[in-house]
Amino acid sequence: MNYKQWHSFKPGNYTREIDVRDFIQNNYSPYLGGAEFLAPATKRTQALWAEVLSLYQKERDKGGVLDVDSDTISTISSHKAGYINKDLEQIVGLQTDEPLKRAFMPYGGINVAAKSAAHYGKPVKKETEDIFRHIRKTHNDGVFDVYTPEMRRARKAGIITGLPDAYGRGRIIGDYRRVALYGTDRLIADKNEQMRRLEMDVIAEENIRAREEINEQTKALEELKAMALTYGFDIARPAGSAREAVQWLYFGYLGAIKEQNGAAMSLGRVTTFLDIYFERDLKQGLITEEDVQEIMDHFVMKLRMVRFLRTPEYDQLFSGDPVWVTEAIGGMGMDGRTLVTKSSYRILHTLDTLGPAPEPNLTVLWSANLPQAFKEYCAHLSIKTSSIQYENDDLMREYWGDDYAIACCVSAMRVGKQMQFFGARCNLAKALLYAINGGKDEISGAQVAPKLEPVKTDVLDYNDVREKYDVILDWVAKLYINTLNVIHYMHDKYCYEALEMALHDKDVLRTMACGIAGLSVVADSLSAIKYATVRPIKNEQGIIYDFETAGDFPKFGNDDDRVDSIARDLVKQFLEKLQKYPTYRNAMHTMSVLTITSNVVYGEKTGNTPDGRKHGDPFAPGANPMHGRDTHGALATLNSIAKLPYKYAQDGISYTFSIVPRALGKQPQERARNLTAMLDGYFGQQAHHMNVNVFDRDLLLDAMDHPEKYPQLTIRVSGYAVNFIKLTRKQQLDVINRTIHATA
Amino acid sequence: MEKDNKLTGRLHSIETFGTVDGPGIRVVLFFQGCPMRCQYCHNRDTWDRAGGRVWTVDELKEFVLRFKPYMANSGGGVTATGGDPVLQHRFITRLFGELKQEGVHTALDTSGFCRYEVVKPLIDATDLVILDIKAVDPELHRRLTGQDNALILQFADKLREINKPVWLRHVLIPGLTDSEEELLAFRRIALSMPNAQRVELLPYHTLGKFKWAEMGLEYPLEGVPEPTKEDMARAHSILNLPEKA
Repeated sequence: MNYKQWHSFKPGNYTREIDVRDFIQNNYSPYLGGAEFLAPATKRTQALWAEVLSLYQKERDKGGVLDVDSDTISTISSHKAGYINKDLEQIVGLQTDEPLKRAFMPYGGINVAAKSAAHYGKPVKKETEDIFRHIRKTHNDGVFDVYTPEMRRARKAGIITGLPDAYGRGRIIGDYRRVALYGTDRLIADKNEQMRRLEMDVIAEENIRAREEINEQTKALEELKAMALTYGFDIARPAGSAREAVQWLYFGYLGAIKEQNGAAMSLGRVTTFLDIYFERDLKQGLITEEDVQEIMDHFVMKLRMVRFLRTPEYDQLFSGDPVWVTEAIGGMGMDGRTLVTKSSYRILHTLDTLGPAPEPNLTVLWSANLPQAFKEYCAHLSIKTSSIQYENDDLMREYWGDDYAIACCVSAMRVGKQMQFFGARCNLAKALLYAINGGKDEISGAQVAPKLEPVKTDVLDYNDVREKYDVILDWVAKLYINTLNVIHYMHDKYCYEALEMALHDKDVLRTMACGIAGLSVVADSLSAIKYATVRPIKNEQGIIYDFETAGDFPKFGNDDDRVDSIARDLVKQFLEKLQKYPTYRNAMHTMSVLTITSNVVYGEKTGNTPDGRKHGDPFAPGANPMHGRDTHGALATLNSIAKLPYKYAQDGISYTFSIVPRALGKQPQERARNLTAMLDGYFGQQAHHMNVNVFDRDLLLDAMDHPEKYPQLTIRVSGYAVNFIKLTRKQQLDVINRTIHATA
Repeated sequence: MEKDNKLTGRLHSIETFGTVDGPGIRVVLFFQGCPMRCQYCHNRDTWDRAGGRVWTVDELKEFVLRFKPYMANSGGGVTATGGDPVLQHRFITRLFGELKQEGVHTALDTSGFCRYEVVKPLIDATDLVILDIKAVDPELHRRLTGQDNALILQFADKLREINKPVWLRHVLIPGLTDSEEELLAFRRIALSMPNAQRVELLPYHTLGKFKWAEMGLEYPLEGVPEPTKEDMARAHSILNLPEKA
């Protein structure tokens, strides 16, 4: 196969079959230099961005949602073309017919979708609601038809929470690059070929499902083509220029976010791919660096404008309207060449041309071998904007090769070859309290877990508690996997991601992405039980609801093996427990240590813990130590986190680091160098992830009182970035009270 | 020589990510005990020689070495400060000796209130001395710190004699250490020391004030303001030192 749009490209396997990685490897230009080539925002960009900013303002003034189209059931091609300002936009395409207007997507669950629409003053028509109540079942209804009473109890008590059982699961990344490289006709031809391969002797359940899914995928590609046509573009053929490549790729992504309101709708790893097109056009004198940056800026503007209709409850859990348009930047190739290109710089440069923002979720894949200039540029931007997260490419490349991307915050997956069943997380701290209370909930007193012998001793005995905890964790693991099996069975059935899966290979690796919350609470609690004296206190019903802890004990986050080993072992133990239970579609068991902002809600749902944490106090986010307990400075904390084994938490281990600028060094250059050295040292010890925040506490306090002064203030929270002024007050306080490293 | 690495020291605390007390990323060891009684001390809780946690040389060495990757990447090392670390010179000599064998850069942040002959082994094991001259005028020095500065100036002179790399520091306190005479006197010392790689004017700050209150003590410099940007600029122009690489 050859296309005229592929002129000047070096051929390879990608011309014979769908193989984007092969195209990249054969054609990209690693860039080892610095940021000096970058161009500023054009006049057109500035004018367009000003319009977007004023739309943001209107959105805030209206309580967070500008408008909702609840009359249209969103599909890939349901809305007519929409624009911000047609004359200025270099990259076009909106989710609905107007900017920031949110689409109605009921397939995840009519309850949540209808409730959200009503909350924002655009209730759904009765006829529409009736269709989804009586005629067309949704994912949410499917799940609740099947849930066991035990699953319902556990869900209500909050031992397993955030489950994608009432909304889209997300965390699937279509290989949107395929749309640009091949055009939809070639992709459809490939799907037809897959169908032919599935004409087998025995047509049984697996086969039937595969044939139906592929057919859905083909239809989605046809629809995508039709949607692009409404904007005047024929994406049936490959993209022929840099601008087309960005536009085609964006259409692919846009189709996905029109079809699915997923919890995280990540972009993938697109900049090095796009760089090939930019370089070709630059070399031929078709465009200038200003043009290239303009295209990048307009693309990123679109990514910043992705909106989903969600309930206020959802916002309470994951504040700030996150979409997780995660883009993985940089990293190294298997052949030792860096995957950093000029376009890695260009996308990061949007933090300057357009100012800081939480989306897209810019994720730098860090390697010891990244070009030093690039490392320092990233560090410099982190210090300036707090908008970048870092993940260990040297670690992940071993597992996922060199063409993986990050879904959501920390979940690595090979692009177009792997997907995950998002599993939210279970509350390990609450599980510990269940172990102490014989399976009863410490807040409601209800028997949620099977009846066990509660703690009977006056002083908690480490071995006794560990034994009981082991039993409870076995129960949680089984219940958790079974619950996820129900959810993903129903999601595939009633809310299938046809377009995203159309941009995957026929056979993909699936992971069952479980998660844990409260790791540092449990580690410190077990450490307290082991090294200090913890006396349980009972209420009238005989429930142990509080603890009296006397004496000091080692605390996670100080590079103290006595407690760090408890945390480390727990990660391994819990994954191994999960692995005992079979998963839907034989998904591989994985686990994350990640909370996003839900650490606040987990705190509300979990009673007093033996480490001295009080009912209602937030958990530390992700794998962070509990606030204020890391007393040996930043590096001791990093070393503790680095001990958590990625091998047993392949869905990612999130750590959020906050520091005041002066603690990084005196001069700006010193600061960037020190941050770079810190990241090298941390990742060199096999650590997985770090959010970097550089700010003064006073600034945040001021932003709480005067949000109007800080419309673009961005901070990183456990795997994503958020507009600080969009957080709830309680979450703002949580961020401020967290350890912000400073030296006097 | 003491019985090997069973030697113990007392530490107030450890900051593993120090970036201002010496080059690169440094593990900063805050030793307990101080002979000075500086009115503006920001680590008031380190004065007591009997306080803090006891560490053996081996324990502390093992802990510091955990941060070697960060030091190596940044050209950093370890810094002993306090309090005044010279009070525990035997312990630190041993520790620094061990760490240097592992390729760790060592810095000693001191007031210099010690006899060179006594601490010579420590200085030999130290790559960089960070010397904080509180005041050059003897009377002012006594008033500010409760101690005479003759010993300190002799110590500085010794460091010059052996050409030991030094970062010279002077804390600028409005109305106390910022007079023209005082700054010019500090300038003379700085110029007399070719071994001074860096000369730093540090703005007085009140971040450590709460520690006095926590200990139920009155803060002696209550009401003294932190220097403004203009104050700092003025002092720098009086110092008027040539730039060093």
